[in-house]
Amino acid sequence: MRYMVSVINDNTNSATPEEDAAIDVFNDRLRAEGHWVFAGGLGAPSSATVIDNRGEEAIFTDGPFVESKEYLVGFWIIEAPDLDVALKLAAAGSKACNRKVEVRPFL
Amino acid sequence: MSVACVREAITEAHHEEWARVVASLTRRFGDLDIAEEAAAEAFATAVERWPADGVPASPGAWLTTTANRKAIDRIRRENKRDDKHKEARLLRDDTPPQPSGAIDDDRLQLIFTCCHPALAMETRVALTLRMVGGLTVPEIARAFLVQETAMERRITRAKAKIKAARIPYRVPSAEDLPARVSGVLTVLFLVFNEGYLVTGPGTDPVRQDLTAEAIRLTRLIRALMPDDGEVAGLLALMLLIEARRTARVSPGGELVPLGEQDRGPGTQR
Repeated sequence: MRYMVSVINDNTNSATPEEDAAIDVFNDRLRAEGHWVFAGGLGAPSSATVIDNRGEEAIFTDGPFVESKEYLVGFWIIEAPDLDVALKLAAAGSKACNRKVEVRPFL
Repeated sequence: MSVACVREAITEAHHEEWARVVASLTRRFGDLDIAEEAAAEAFATAVERWPADGVPASPGAWLTTTANRKAIDRIRRENKRDDKHKEARLLRDDTPPQPSGAIDDDRLQLIFTCCHPALAMETRVALTLRMVGGLTVPEIARAFLVQETAMERRITRAKAKIKAARIPYRVPSAEDLPARVSGVLTVLFLVFNEGYLVTGPGTDPVRQDLTAEAIRLTRLIRALMPDDGEVAGLLALMLLIEARRTARVSPGGELVPLGEQDRGPGTQR
C-alpha cells in the first residue's frame, strides 16, 4: 500500500542545514526499512503553470490552480502495510523536516 | 411460539450478538461496510423468518452464518476485481489468528479500529455506538443532537476512510497502547453513559446491555493494562454506578430520584 506524505509550509526551499541533515537521516531510514519509493521538494507555487487541454487547444495559465497561504512544498511517497505504520513514518518525517505533513493513501 | 416471545428473542439476540457478528465479519472480509450491512440484513432476515420457523437453538451462530452468506452474496453481486480476490479467500477461511498477545477478542479489535486517532473524536464515538453498540443511526443522531442524514454521512465517510487509508483492524502494539487506550476509554464512557440514561424514546430509560458492554470491554482493557490507573478508575466508576442500577428505576419503569432510592440492595458484578 502506498501513501503520499505531503509537506505543507508557507515558503519553499527554506530548510536549514540541520533540517537537511535530519531529512537525509530519515531518507536513509526509509530506504533501509524498505519504505522508500520516491521523494522530492517542489518549487514555489509562483513557478507553476496550469494547463487545460480539455477543449480545442491547450490553454496555459501562469500560477497555481489554487492560491493559499500554505501549500505543498515537497513530498515523500512511501510503502507501508497500513495507516498505523504510515502515520508513524509521517510523524518521523515531520520531525525531520520540521514542517507539518499530511498523509493520503493512493487509490 | 408467540409473536411477543419471538420479538423478545430478536431484541435479546440484537443486544447479545450484534457486535460479535459485525466483528467476526470485519475480521473475515476486512471491510466494515460489508460487515455492518450483512449484519443488518441477517437481523432483518431473523425478523422475517423466526416467527414462522421458530427461534434457532443458537441464535448467535444462526445470525453469523446468515450474515456471512449475505456478505458473500454482496461481494459476488458487486463482482469487482479485488472482490474476486476476496472471494477466492472465502473458499477457505484461513485468516491467521491475530497476534494480539494478552487479549484476543474480535470486538476489542473492532473497538480499536472505530476509535482510531486518525478519525475525529465525535466520529469515533458514533462509529463505536453503531458497530460495537449496535445502536441505529437515528438513535446515535439523537444522542448527538444532529440530523440523521448528517450522522449517516459522518459514519459513511468514516467507513470509507478506514477502507481507503487502510486503518488496521487489530489491537495496537504495546508501545502505542497507552495513547490508544485513553481514546478508547473516552468512547467507552460515552457508551456507558448512553446506557445509563437512554436518550431515545420508546425504550427502557436504562439499557443494561450498553452499560454491561461498556463494563465488559473496560474489563478487557483492565486485564491488558492492570497498572493503568485511568482504566482502573473508569472501571470502578462504572461498577459503582452499575451497582445502583436496580434502585434507579421503579417497578413501573420510572426513574427514581436519588433521595427516594432504596439503598439496601446493591448489585454485585
